[in-house]
Amino acid sequence: MPQVYTSSIIGAPADRVWAAVRDFNALPDWHPAIAESRIEGGAPSDQVGCVRAFRLTDGGAIREKLLALSDYDFCCTYSILESPMGVENYVATLKLTPVTDGSRTFAEWSAEFDCPPEREAELVRQIGEGVFQGGFDALKERFGR
Amino acid sequence: MTVKVRRSTVIDAPVSAVWELLRDFNAHDKWHPAVAHSTLEEATRPDEIGAVRHFRLTTGERLREKLLTLSDRHHSFRYAIVDSEVPLHDYVAEVQLKPVTDGDRTFWSWSSTFNTPAGQERELAQLVAENVYEAGFEAVRGRVEQRARDALAARRSYITDPRPTAGPATTESIGGTAMAIDRYGGADELHPAPVSPPPPGPGQVRLRQTAIGVNFIDIYCRTGYFDLLQPPGVLGMEAAGEVIDVGEGVRHLAPGQRAAYACPPVGAYATVRTMDAGLVVPLPDYIDDITAAAGLLKGMTAEFLLHRVHPLQAGETVLVYAPAGGVGRLLCQWAAYLGATVIGATSSEDKARAARDVGARHVILPGEASLEEQVLALTGGRGVDVIYDAVGRDSFAHSVAALAPRGHLVSYGQASGDIGSWHIGSLATKSVTLSRPNYVHYTDTPDKVAAITGRLFDAVRRHIIRIEIGHRFALSEAAEAHRALEGRRTSGSIVLVPDA
Repeated sequence: MPQVYTSSIIGAPADRVWAAVRDFNALPDWHPAIAESRIEGGAPSDQVGCVRAFRLTDGGAIREKLLALSDYDFCCTYSILESPMGVENYVATLKLTPVTDGSRTFAEWSAEFDCPPEREAELVRQIGEGVFQGGFDALKERFGR
Repeated sequence: MTVKVRRSTVIDAPVSAVWELLRDFNAHDKWHPAVAHSTLEEATRPDEIGAVRHFRLTTGERLREKLLTLSDRHHSFRYAIVDSEVPLHDYVAEVQLKPVTDGDRTFWSWSSTFNTPAGQERELAQLVAENVYEAGFEAVRGRVEQRARDALAARRSYITDPRPTAGPATTESIGGTAMAIDRYGGADELHPAPVSPPPPGPGQVRLRQTAIGVNFIDIYCRTGYFDLLQPPGVLGMEAAGEVIDVGEGVRHLAPGQRAAYACPPVGAYATVRTMDAGLVVPLPDYIDDITAAAGLLKGMTAEFLLHRVHPLQAGETVLVYAPAGGVGRLLCQWAAYLGATVIGATSSEDKARAARDVGARHVILPGEASLEEQVLALTGGRGVDVIYDAVGRDSFAHSVAALAPRGHLVSYGQASGDIGSWHIGSLATKSVTLSRPNYVHYTDTPDKVAAITGRLFDAVRRHIIRIEIGHRFALSEAAEAHRALEGRRTSGSIVLVPDA
């Protein structure tokens, strides 16, 4: 099963970064690849089990389900229900950890999924660099390096 | 009682380099300053699960620790204290390294749980956190990062020439360009003028300036609102660059060194400048010239407002006006770090978001309720302990009303106009105190500047505050920079860079 792991350091305390990213419906506010998002069925965006439907800036549509949310660990886990990427069994986790030496955050974003072997390298790169690092770059721009 | 300690840091080297040093269970005496001597019990290997090491600490105590787990896959190990002359009972600790893929660095977490005799929890938690974990971080950082720098330098030395050493001080004037005014007035008064700073006299330094900060005070000087400049003359209070040469008696600066200043007399809008060296400070590696020019004056202001005008205490509630502005951002970040509850008062949703991002717990926007009503609602009717107010005329009365009894108003600017005259008798209704700090009185001696910049640079290094570079203009475009600042079209600091 292919795995992707991307991590970064963001120049603000973890509780502040978490306040921006914990909202499962707020990806368009901080991720440059996401144009629009809504929660299906009008559920609260922090209800475990809720489904977000978003449109990418390149026009694609994705549906993702919130599997776990922890304000204690600054961590959320979600799966992809539908996407144009061609992945199966995709589960991703975004986790923040305070760096106690100063005011910074260690941010980790990881995923595992199934796909045809010939597409693995391309998808690992697309998810790791495009989706995850792209999101971290935007958070670093907003909160500091 | 059970105590939990967790400390973490980022090391600027790959995980493999840090792990190589840490995974040896019998090598702490080679790098940790608290460990004088380490030996393994019996004939065990240093990576054998169950191995026991004997430590003699530099303070003289002895202890025995057992390796419980070791994982090369997760770059982690756990160990327990078996017995110890320091009263740490049931002590189990974990060291874990994780790769920071963005930049090939290492996140290092060191944590433990233990029991202590009653009453010693705080003292022992602090000992473990600071003398063991944080001291260990710094020791490894020094070793590993130096090794990485050496490797890089070795590679580079093949492809670049060594840096030329500074020659003897020239006795000639050096020609340059400045942006000057001939009379008080609008931004159009700014025009290029040649300058030829002489060699530095006793106590002076000559700088080749690479970045110049633009501050609102420059506009006051240009219009004549402040009389720091008698035209004709060159504007500007803040710049960074490289020392060309120094005059007799200057010991803290040397040719080739990077340095910066934020102080009168005005004259910073220039490519070369000779000035008194006393208030010019050397720059550390981790602060580049642009950042220094963007943040020295604002950062020094934030430092003395938070640490000297009113030494902010953890648990205090503080109101910051313009929390998304230059000084306001720094105040919010630093005050939140110090443990204060920060309330920001701003004008738009966008700025409110920016204020929350820099640490404001609550943000007040103009609404049906007045500022003081909103503050009282947020503080259970009590008001705030401290207010940092640079708005002036339009905010003064609201600020006084929003203070708690014995609260302190720091009035450090007047963006909306002169405050005018006030009956100080009204301050007695809540025993309110008031400061009107002037930058110059906190920054007019080398000792004061050294103390302020020392704490400021440390806060930058530790990412407690972030200096925002909003806009760059060529030095010749100084008038355009002034128009942008006056027109409130800027966010973050404005820096002028000498024309190529």
